[in-house]
Order: sequence, then C-alpha cells, then structure tokens
Amino acid sequence: MAEVPAIELKNITKVFGDIVANKDVCLTVNRGEILSILGENGSGKTTLMNMISGIYFPDYGQIFIDGKEVEIKSPKDALDYKIGMVHQHFKLVDIFTAAENTVLGLKDEGRYNLKKSTAKIKAIADLYGFDLNPNKKIYEMSVSEKQTVEIIKVLYRGADILILDEPTAVLTPQETQRLFSVLRRMKADGKSIIIITHKLNEVMEISDRVSVLRKGHYIGTVDTDKTTEAELTEMMVGKKITLNIDRSDPVNPTDRLIIKGLNCVDKEGIKVLDNVSFTAKSGEILGVAGIAGSGQRELLEAIAGLQVLESGEIVYNNPATGESEDLRNKTPVQIRDLGVRLSFVPEDRLGMGLVGNMDLTDNMMLRSYSKGHSLFVERGKPKELAEKIVDDLEVVTPSVQTPVRKLSGGNVQKVLVGREIAAAPTVFMAAYPVRGLDINSSYMIYNLLNQQKEDGVSVIFVGEDLDVLIALCDRIVVLSSGKVTGIVDARETTKEEVGLLMTKTFGKGGEE
Amino acid sequence: MLGFHVVKRKNMDWWKAWLIRGASIILGAAVCAVVIVFLTGKDPLDVFETMVDGAFGTERRIWALLQGIAMLLCISLAVTPAFKMKFWNIGAEGQALMGGLASAACMMFIKDALPNWLLIFVMVVTSMLAGAIWGVIPAFFKARWGTNETLFTLMMNYIAMQIVSVFISIFATGGSGKIDVLNASTKLGWMPSVGGQAYLLNVVIVLVLTVIMYVYLKYSKQGYEISVVGESENTAKYIGINVKKVIIRTMLISGLLCGLAGFLLVSGADHTIARETVGGRGFTAIMVSWLAKFNPIFMVLTSFLLVFFEKGAIQISQICGLNASFSDIIVGIIIFFIIGSEFFINYEIKKNAKEGGSK
Repeated sequence: MAEVPAIELKNITKVFGDIVANKDVCLTVNRGEILSILGENGSGKTTLMNMISGIYFPDYGQIFIDGKEVEIKSPKDALDYKIGMVHQHFKLVDIFTAAENTVLGLKDEGRYNLKKSTAKIKAIADLYGFDLNPNKKIYEMSVSEKQTVEIIKVLYRGADILILDEPTAVLTPQETQRLFSVLRRMKADGKSIIIITHKLNEVMEISDRVSVLRKGHYIGTVDTDKTTEAELTEMMVGKKITLNIDRSDPVNPTDRLIIKGLNCVDKEGIKVLDNVSFTAKSGEILGVAGIAGSGQRELLEAIAGLQVLESGEIVYNNPATGESEDLRNKTPVQIRDLGVRLSFVPEDRLGMGLVGNMDLTDNMMLRSYSKGHSLFVERGKPKELAEKIVDDLEVVTPSVQTPVRKLSGGNVQKVLVGREIAAAPTVFMAAYPVRGLDINSSYMIYNLLNQQKEDGVSVIFVGEDLDVLIALCDRIVVLSSGKVTGIVDARETTKEEVGLLMTKTFGKGGEE
Repeated sequence: MLGFHVVKRKNMDWWKAWLIRGASIILGAAVCAVVIVFLTGKDPLDVFETMVDGAFGTERRIWALLQGIAMLLCISLAVTPAFKMKFWNIGAEGQALMGGLASAACMMFIKDALPNWLLIFVMVVTSMLAGAIWGVIPAFFKARWGTNETLFTLMMNYIAMQIVSVFISIFATGGSGKIDVLNASTKLGWMPSVGGQAYLLNVVIVLVLTVIMYVYLKYSKQGYEISVVGESENTAKYIGINVKKVIIRTMLISGLLCGLAGFLLVSGADHTIARETVGGRGFTAIMVSWLAKFNPIFMVLTSFLLVFFEKGAIQISQICGLNASFSDIIVGIIIFFIIGSEFFINYEIKKNAKEGGSK
C-alpha cells in the first residue's frame, strides 16, 4: 500500500500564550478512509482540525496534500484544497432554506441560480443517501437535519476531505446510525473523513484507524481492528501518575445531600440529566467524573437552584436543625433563606462566579451585599475579607481595588474559592476548580478542599483530570451522557475503570 | 505582506488616557478650524473667539448655556442607570416628551383650579408618571418576552411625537399649528424664578440630582445590582438577583427622571409644548453618558463640552450667515474625535510581523 496519503501532517505545533494546544502532531489520512481522532476534552483535537481547515495557522510544522506541501491560511484556501469542516456548533442562517444556506457565500460561475443549485443538492443527497428537503427553512429543522445541511454544504463545495467535529454529540442513536451509513457511502466514493470524538464504541464501529491525542501531544495511531477499547482508553488517559495529595479518612460521615432521580432537558429538548441519583456525605469529597458536557454543569446548577428540573428530588439534611428540606426548583435566595449554606464555585469563573470589571472588594460582596435593611452597601467588611483572602491564599494583585479580570487565572480562582469558603458552607461544590492553574495553585486548591472536608463539609468536586480525582476524592460518581454509569470507591478504583465508565453508552446492551 | 493589526491594550495609566482625550479635542478643534476657514475664509482664532463669545458673551448667554447644560445633563442622568445595566434605552426623547406633554396639559386644563404650588406639584407628579410609563412598557416586554429594547424604545419615541402632534392639532390656537405660551399673563404652572433668574432653580435641581445619582449608582444596593446585571446576567442569577425585577425597576427610575426633565423643559423654560420641545437631547444624552463612562460627575463636563460647542457654533453661523447645520457639523467633528480617542485608549496598532508563524 504505497499510495500517497490524501493529507499528511508533520510535527504540527500550536501555542496560545503559555498554553501548548498541539505539540508535534503527525497524522496521515488516506483516500477512502475514516480516521478517528480520539482524546479527552482539552486534548487539542479541535485546534488541530481548525489548522487544517484554515481557521488557525500552525506555529511550526508542515501540511502535505497529495504529497505536496501546502500553506492553508484561510478557510477559502482549505476549500481550494478540497478540505471541508463541519463544526460542532452549526453555522447556519436560521431564516434561510437548506439550499440558500448551501450556496451562501459561493461565487459560482454564472448567475445566482437557486433552481440549478437545488438540483445539484438533490443529486448529492441521493448519491450518499441523505434525507433532506432543500427548500425547508433551518429553523424548522431538527438538529440532525441541520447537521445534514452542514455536511451537504461542504460536499457542494467539492470537498474530498471532510472533518466532522463531534458529529454524534447531538444525535440520537438512530440518527447516529443513519449518519454512519452515509459516511460509509462517502468513504466508498473515495472521500477521506476525519471524525473527532471521544465515544469509544463509535470509534470502534466507524473508523479504519484511530489517532490519539492527550494534552496536546500526539500519542499514536492504531488500526481499529487490531486494538481494543481498553488499549484506546489507556492511550487516551495515560499511565497513572503519582500525585502527593493527602487524603484523610472521612470522620463519621452522615448523609448531607440526597439526590434522587434528577431529570433535566436543555433548550433544544435534549436530555442532559437522566435519572441521576447519588448521596453526598458530610466530611467527604465526592468526585464527579465525565467527559465535558455529560451533565456536570446542569447537575451542580440544579443543586444551586439555577436549573429547572423535569423531575427528581434534592433533599438536604440540615446539620444545624436536623431537618430535611427539598431544594428542588428553589431559587438561590429561597435556598439561602432556608438556612442552607451552599457554596458553589462555577466552571465559568469570570462569567458567573465573579464580575470581571469589579474590584476584589465588590466581588466579595456578591453573595452578601443584600444583608441588612440599609439602602446602601457596606464595603468595610468585604474589604477586610478581600484583604484576608489576598494574605491567606497569596493572591498576587496590586491591591484589593484592582478589577479581577486583570488577575491571572490562578489568582482569579483563589479569590472565588476564598469567597465561597468564607461563607462557612455545609455543602461546597466546585466545578473544574484547577482548570488552567499551575501546579502550586492547584495544590493550594486541593488543600483548601481537604480542609473543608476535615471541617465536616460535604464537598462535591467536578474534575477532568482522572489522576487528581482518584487521588483526592473519597468516592467518584461517573456521568456519561447525563446518566450515572457508576459510583466507585476512589481508593479502590483505577483510571481505566473510570475511563471506561465515562465513555460507556447505553442502548447497546452495554450494562454489565 | 506589509500591514497593521490591532491589539487590545492591557492597561493604560489614567493620566495617559486623559492626555489622549485632551489631544483629541484639540485635534478636533483644529479640524473644525480648517472647515471654518474653508467655509468662511475668516481667521480661525477670531472664529473661536466668537464661539466663546456666543457661549459666555453676556449674562443672558451664560444663563442660556447653564440651562442648556442642565437640561442635557438631566436627561443624561436619566438614561445612565439603564445604560449601566446594558439596557439600551434610546427612548429618552419620547419619555421626556411625554413628561412635557403631561406638564403642558396640566397648565392648560387645571390653571387656577388649584393653588399655584399645588399645580406645580401635580405637574411634577404627572410628568414623572408619564415618563415612567413610557420607560416601563419596553422594560416590561423585555423582561417578560425578551423583546429588543433598542427598537422598542426607539419606536416609543415616534408614538410620543405623534401623540403630541394630535394634542397640538386639537388645541392649537387659531390656525397657527402650534400652541402659544401657556398662561403667559398669569404665569400659572411656571417654575418660579429665584433671585430674578428664571433658570436658577432648574440648574440647582439638576445639580442635586447629579449628586443623588452618583451616590445611588456607587453606594446603594440597587446601584450595585444594576452593575452586576449590566456586567453579567449569569452572575446576577448565580447570586440570586431577580434580573427581571431589576430591569423594570431601573427603567422606572430612568423614565421618572426623563419625565422630570420634560417638566423642567416645559415649566422651567418653554412654557408650551411642541414636537421639538426635547430637541434631540434624548439622543445627545446617550453620548454624554457614554463619554463620561456613566459617571454622573464626569457627565457635568461632557454635557458642558457638547452644549458649549453647540452654542458657540450657532453664534458663528449667525455672524457668518451660515445656516443652522453649521453647528451640527462642528459638534459632529468634535464628537467624532472624542469617540475616536477611545479607540486609541483601548487598542494599540502594531505593525505586522513579516510572516505569520514561520520561526
């Protein structure tokens, strides 16, 4: 098989500021082949594909197409080399029809002729077995139809190399099967297809070869029929790293928060929490693991009173009064008024937890400003608190009058965590609290979480780094597509076990 | 490929920022001078002298200047809380006009049925209510159904103008098509002059309002909520602020103040109502508020700047026989430069590296 690959990447590297998104990535895709790119979130899959499709330009490395070195500087260049990308978030004009969206921005020879274009779109749809009405408007379409339009859009532009970014994330199992059969037909027609995904069963089903990325580094490429899910998981999550995180045994844990059968749908009506049940105990750290977007955000927001639920119960056992309260569908203020001391470090620090343009003092007041009957805010205590947090947590800032958006990521997080801990919580929830932080800041956060645990707080920690989850937590709840796929003892479990649970999908008889 | 690209600045010392702003005004004035020489052939220094004369030349002119500033500032104060909340209220014109209409109607129909002090009190209350209603309607729709407040408030302006037109067509004196000065002989419902100065009370009221607004935005809990909602609705929800309530409450305040401005315009200056009573101040106020970065104290300065150039340019156009558009041109040039300077404060221009990414 000495054929020339359709596209070949050599030592592609891309750096954003201090963050290495891709390091020395090498890939090849042949004609008539489906290649999966596998990796956890933040492993650099999308960045890499954006470089092939002309959205980013690599810092180092070469791209070859049909054996010739090329420079792809814009999406138009990419199209000239017959590369087309279907993004995870669709880029369609809602009030236009499928056909209008398809020809949008194209400079065809001759005049704008929608009839001719529609015929061409029909021909493409028939060739690959798409089911699409070209005259339907986008806003009337289901998610899967919109995706079809996006794929036809790139085919219409003559793409031979198709990149699909997480195409199945928004599809039902039936729709996924239909998509796969279309992809197989395209493959038979000689097209090269790259699929970005983190669903192992789909990788095994659809692809010929799999390339694995981890934290921006290229790990390797294997033939699908010569590998196993276990091997791929190991490539994806890596060998166990020893972390020096202290972990004490929980001291007489009692049930603090009982979650029963939570169900929740998002704006598009897709189920994001599916019958989620677990119990968080006092004096322990409960980890939540899962691929990003598996329902972690909705789960925490539901507990915090920010997410409307379809059904389910959130029972809080108040250690002060011994009473139980149902927190479901209560607003944050109502929850506070019940005497529930709930602290929440959200994933979106500057967009939700803090106000970027306000200084440290004003950010300290976010939770407490409304206390008391005065018409005016009281800035004395918040200022003292801000100064205390700056001292205790070694926040690097010119002063407490500095807007928090001017601080570095680690310092922003210290300010947020510091404020939430200062509220003396009984339940402490943190979503990705060490994302983007350096080692020292990360350890400071772990220690703060451990301190909370030792003080009898029920800590819920949503993390992405499995090594950390396993070293820090007492128990780990694993979510996959909004379902709890397992609750494991962190002292007993392995990365592979958690990794498999994270990628486990139901509906295929996959329950063990 | 040679070229430039624009990079967002990280930080700039406050004095540097003010240096750039000052330089931009001087540069704007220089461009104005060129335009003036081109149009009139006169020495630009003479012309600027005329401008200063037009604004400060006589006691009457100084009072007219102060009144102009006070009215513009009052409406600017009114729109500021809404803008700070990122609620783009461009309906201040209509809100103030409705307030003015309410005042005029009171002057027309109540006359001496009430003692004068009570009449004025009723005028204040009805004007503020009228402005508030005009402000709260779009806020309610935004809070309830997420409608676009910019279009909504803009359309409300036109409705207000049409209502005033209808009012005028019904009550206009004779065939003049306008309403004469109301209660000219009895001066019922006229703002009393203090120390012989008709505008003094207006100016004092607006100054007091400026201080109140400054304190409200900076030190009150409601002001704090406005900032949080404006900066990030997600954060507001996260800490349990009722965003809808804040939107409606803030627009209520905005509308109340616009209505008060309408009262001041009718009772304190014009003593009648016309479609032009507010005279575009509802839109200029947006600029005053933005240029001052929503700080009421700075707004005294920015409204002074705009009114000064306007009055000065009117003086030039009269002396040089140019029409009223001339003052628009001058004010336009100055504003262009002031706004343009913000670009250089927030961004810097860098030369492109020779070749992207090849190291």
